[in-house]
Amino acid sequence: MESVNELLTISPIVIIGFAGLFVMMLDAFTGNARWSFYASLFFCLAALAGAVQNVLGPTGTSFYSLVYYGGTASFGAVLVLTGTLFSLCLSKDYLEQTGNHIAEVYSLVLFAAFGMLLLVQANHMIVLFLGIESMSIALYALAGLLRDQKKSVEAALKYFLLGAFSTGFLLYGIALLYGSTGSLALPEIAEASDKGVMYWAGVGLLFTGFFFKVSAVPFHMWTPDVYQGSPTTVTAFMATASKSAAFVAFILVLSRALPDTSQQWQEVLWIFAVFTMVIGNLLALVQENIKRMLAYSSIAHAGYIMVGLAATSGAAYSAVLYYLFAYTLMNVGAFGVVAYYECHKNCDFTEIKNYAGLGFKKPIMGILMSVFLFSMVGIPPFAGFIGKYRVFAAAIDEGLISLVIIGVLASAISVYYYLSVLVYLYMKEDETGMVMKRPSTLYSLALIILALLTIYFGVHPGLLTDFLGSFYSVTW
Amino acid sequence: MDAYVHLVPWIIALPLVGFLLNGLFGLAFESYRDRKNLIGAIATSAVFFPFLIALYLFFAMSGDSEAASVSLFTWMQAGDFSVDIAYRLDQLSILMTLVVTGVGALIHLYSVGYMADDEGFWKFFAFMNLFIFAMLNLVLADNMLLLFLGWEGVGLCSYLLIGFWYTDMAKSDAAKKAFLYNRVGDFAFLIAMFLVFQITGSLRFQDILDSAYLFSTDQAFLVGALIFIGATGKSAQIPLFVWLPDAMAGPTSVSALIHAATMVTSGIYVISRLSPLYMMSPELMLIVAVIGALTALVAATIALTRYDIKAVLAYSTVSQLGFMFLALGSGAFVAAMFHVVTHAFFKACLFLGSGSVIHAMHHVEHKLHKTNPDVHFDPQDMRFMGGLRAYLPSTYKTFLIATIAIAGIPPLAGFFSKDEILVMTFNAGAGVYGSIYYVLWAMAMLTAFMTAFYMFRLTFGIFHGSFRLPKLIEGAKDSAKLLHESPWTMTSVLWGLAVLSVIGGFIGIPNFVVATFTGTADVNLLSNWLDKVTLDADLILSKQVEWMLLSGSVLVASLGIFVAYKKYGNQEPVAEDEAVAARFGPLYSLWNKKYLFDEMYEGGIVRPVVRFSDRVLAVFDIRAIDGFVNFIASFVRFFGHLARYLQTGMIQTYAYGMVIGVVLILYLLIIR
Repeated sequence: MESVNELLTISPIVIIGFAGLFVMMLDAFTGNARWSFYASLFFCLAALAGAVQNVLGPTGTSFYSLVYYGGTASFGAVLVLTGTLFSLCLSKDYLEQTGNHIAEVYSLVLFAAFGMLLLVQANHMIVLFLGIESMSIALYALAGLLRDQKKSVEAALKYFLLGAFSTGFLLYGIALLYGSTGSLALPEIAEASDKGVMYWAGVGLLFTGFFFKVSAVPFHMWTPDVYQGSPTTVTAFMATASKSAAFVAFILVLSRALPDTSQQWQEVLWIFAVFTMVIGNLLALVQENIKRMLAYSSIAHAGYIMVGLAATSGAAYSAVLYYLFAYTLMNVGAFGVVAYYECHKNCDFTEIKNYAGLGFKKPIMGILMSVFLFSMVGIPPFAGFIGKYRVFAAAIDEGLISLVIIGVLASAISVYYYLSVLVYLYMKEDETGMVMKRPSTLYSLALIILALLTIYFGVHPGLLTDFLGSFYSVTW
Repeated sequence: MDAYVHLVPWIIALPLVGFLLNGLFGLAFESYRDRKNLIGAIATSAVFFPFLIALYLFFAMSGDSEAASVSLFTWMQAGDFSVDIAYRLDQLSILMTLVVTGVGALIHLYSVGYMADDEGFWKFFAFMNLFIFAMLNLVLADNMLLLFLGWEGVGLCSYLLIGFWYTDMAKSDAAKKAFLYNRVGDFAFLIAMFLVFQITGSLRFQDILDSAYLFSTDQAFLVGALIFIGATGKSAQIPLFVWLPDAMAGPTSVSALIHAATMVTSGIYVISRLSPLYMMSPELMLIVAVIGALTALVAATIALTRYDIKAVLAYSTVSQLGFMFLALGSGAFVAAMFHVVTHAFFKACLFLGSGSVIHAMHHVEHKLHKTNPDVHFDPQDMRFMGGLRAYLPSTYKTFLIATIAIAGIPPLAGFFSKDEILVMTFNAGAGVYGSIYYVLWAMAMLTAFMTAFYMFRLTFGIFHGSFRLPKLIEGAKDSAKLLHESPWTMTSVLWGLAVLSVIGGFIGIPNFVVATFTGTADVNLLSNWLDKVTLDADLILSKQVEWMLLSGSVLVASLGIFVAYKKYGNQEPVAEDEAVAARFGPLYSLWNKKYLFDEMYEGGIVRPVVRFSDRVLAVFDIRAIDGFVNFIASFVRFFGHLARYLQTGMIQTYAYGMVIGVVLILYLLIIR
């Protein structure tokens, strides 16, 4: 019984790991990608149920303290699986319409999700490293999915080379931390007394690894190329699930392995948050391709989240978790609408200028896009507003006033590029006269659910914020 | 009450569900738009079932019940500021809920027939349900902010429905006008809300009323005056009343629901809700009373001169709302709420009756137009009517009943409520600023006379005499044959409202009437019902004085009817109006020109503002503001383009970037 209970603490990891293998075998025997699609949806739902079960339960460690479960870690699993589930829902139609419906996508997505789940539940540096690597290797392959397109191959190679580069830093950092503290378990690293140069070099290189994964400036340069080169629904998956996983793991490392030295590393987060917010928003401003624009916007969002990390309080961490949830909903949604437009092949619908007049042609899609974009700007009553507000409020409580001012100014820039998409959708005349297809029921249902959740958590945030606050004994 | 309050969210939710069903299905599926019976049934039951719930709650409550509130969730929170989506159930809110849902359900039913031929049928009912949802939020809100949400929501729906036929420029202008005038009042209401929060630290009505002692007299005056300015916008009082007559551009059932029975009374509701605050400042009460009495008189004189039957009713509404504010200013909050209720009955009946008339006249025009394309006339102009009682018998009878009710003839509903207002105004004469209240009472008596006069002028003009259209319009010889009564869905609603106009007054029989015969009496149900929620001035008049006042008000009403009958009973209204105009000379032309209010706004505010904007602000805007903004924008974009050079696409550059980052991190952590 003891071992069964232990297995339950990692039930999402087990289910998704098995699912990846199962879907791969399924394809080998049936050769029908649709089966793989439905199987992966099913397993995703099952794993999500397991993760929800864990997040409602107690916190603790299992498997000889290698794995941490409950609380933030299991909420991280919920975030990862939500992103995975919704981007999977959108994938089938998109890949079929663009002629890339191959079953390997699903097993690769599931392997990547497996790595992310391992990452968020890691209580030990080796598990963390395993998670990051399983995630990354699957993502490299996913980025290169469109083998016959130059952009895709280029993206995969760039991602792989730079990823390997950053992994070197990360692994070296882990090694140095082990050298100075004598342990790889997160809580034991926190207890170490000797904090010399080796310790700080280790922390710095560890930060480098995380900064690369969350695409903080100046470690961000791979992001636009990879997001643009990958199939759009896979981009949605990368932009949400992998970001959430990296940030949740980062929070766990900061709060469980490095809590006593926050005075020193807070400054690093402060400076890099400023870089990330300012450069991310400035570059998003000049993009003409919507996928690149959303890539830079995701960099900017990483910047806002880093403001929360720099605040280092329990309130800030729980605000960041809320932000990640809102971010997942609205980003999958926005990429989903883009993917819908892209299904029409006679026009390149990644160029923003081709969006002219589309808002009136397919009114529901236009409304959905408006909801997601307004939420990203941070306008009430959408979830994005509450997320940004909570993060900035927590940072102000910790006295990071100038950082928040920079953040607010930077996000003022973002209004321009988000709303310029709406300007094209609604205020320009359509000249092509092309007929838009009807999205499938599952596709539109997934997008509508995302929009409704975005609105619901914007109007009624209390339940979730209270729950997330309870991880850190914070009452709002 | 705590056991029942959990039902309140259902009252609110059902109209929202109706709005979403009709709105979303109508938007998404074109075939759904033709299923008019289904749409009408959904919309009407979305208002009727809340009415049943409200009725159940009403019978579960008594005058002694404590107010209860139910909080659904925390809406927003920042520091000490916290607002819940919470609803308050007490005697006042349930009374308003009954009026809104009861009259609302009847008007929905009526509209199924009235709007049957309209293409935007689904949209109309979606908006109507949304309006009911917003209005219920307004009256049931537990705090000022949620009330304000409802306040703005009804404003939005009013805008959408006034401009429902938005392809007609004049109608969409009327919608904009209504919205903008309300904006002025809303701004004052917002400031009042800020002040209340500053003084009491809360926006909940319970907290505000419990801590009314925190307000100094000056603060009470300021807050109350600002809320009153908000109320003059929404409830169409001087100086912001000019939007309401134009609002008649909307479908007639909209005028009945929004611009007569419910939305326009929200100002009265808010002030009654905060009655203890108002009672602290006699000066404020005087201002409210003066504005009310002035509005009542001004609007009544304008109503004398109108030929558009909806315009007469619109000015009559403004005038009756003035009566309600006069009651508020005299400390008679119960009387004001009483008039809100009875007015909802008879004015809705009148508007819907006029809708039935317009429906019939419109049909005539449509038919004539088919055979002869040159025929054009305004189906709302009573100069083309006359003698319609023979063709529209149900409409005539119900219209007449409601007219008698509004004129103030006992024992119909309007008599009791209007008489109570007159008595309470006279009663206020004994207090501070007494002499002014006697003047106001005299004005109100004059207005009551005029009300009876212009309402009977309207009834005679439409229904009595002979049908004038064939004489005035060429090619309309046999048009009388084309007149027909409206379908039963519409007339049954008229009858329902007519019955309410007859018996509605019995909820507020003055105590002294019965006390004269039995010694003491406690028969005024409404006053007992609202005893706990409003703080009324004490009635100190003797029975004899009250009897005299009552006889006086019956007398002026009868006199008004008599004069109207003498003049318009069987005659041509145009000729008689000219006789009236000759007698009153320039005064009449002032009434006819609506006191030039629109022209004053146009000349005094709109044109100077436009000119100033054009010559000064526009230049400043283009040169300085736009210039500055564009400068900032191009400045930022310049940096964006500059940063773009870093994104070379070369993997070596990317790796360089990472190395610089690592060096910076290590510098920050180790060296410093």
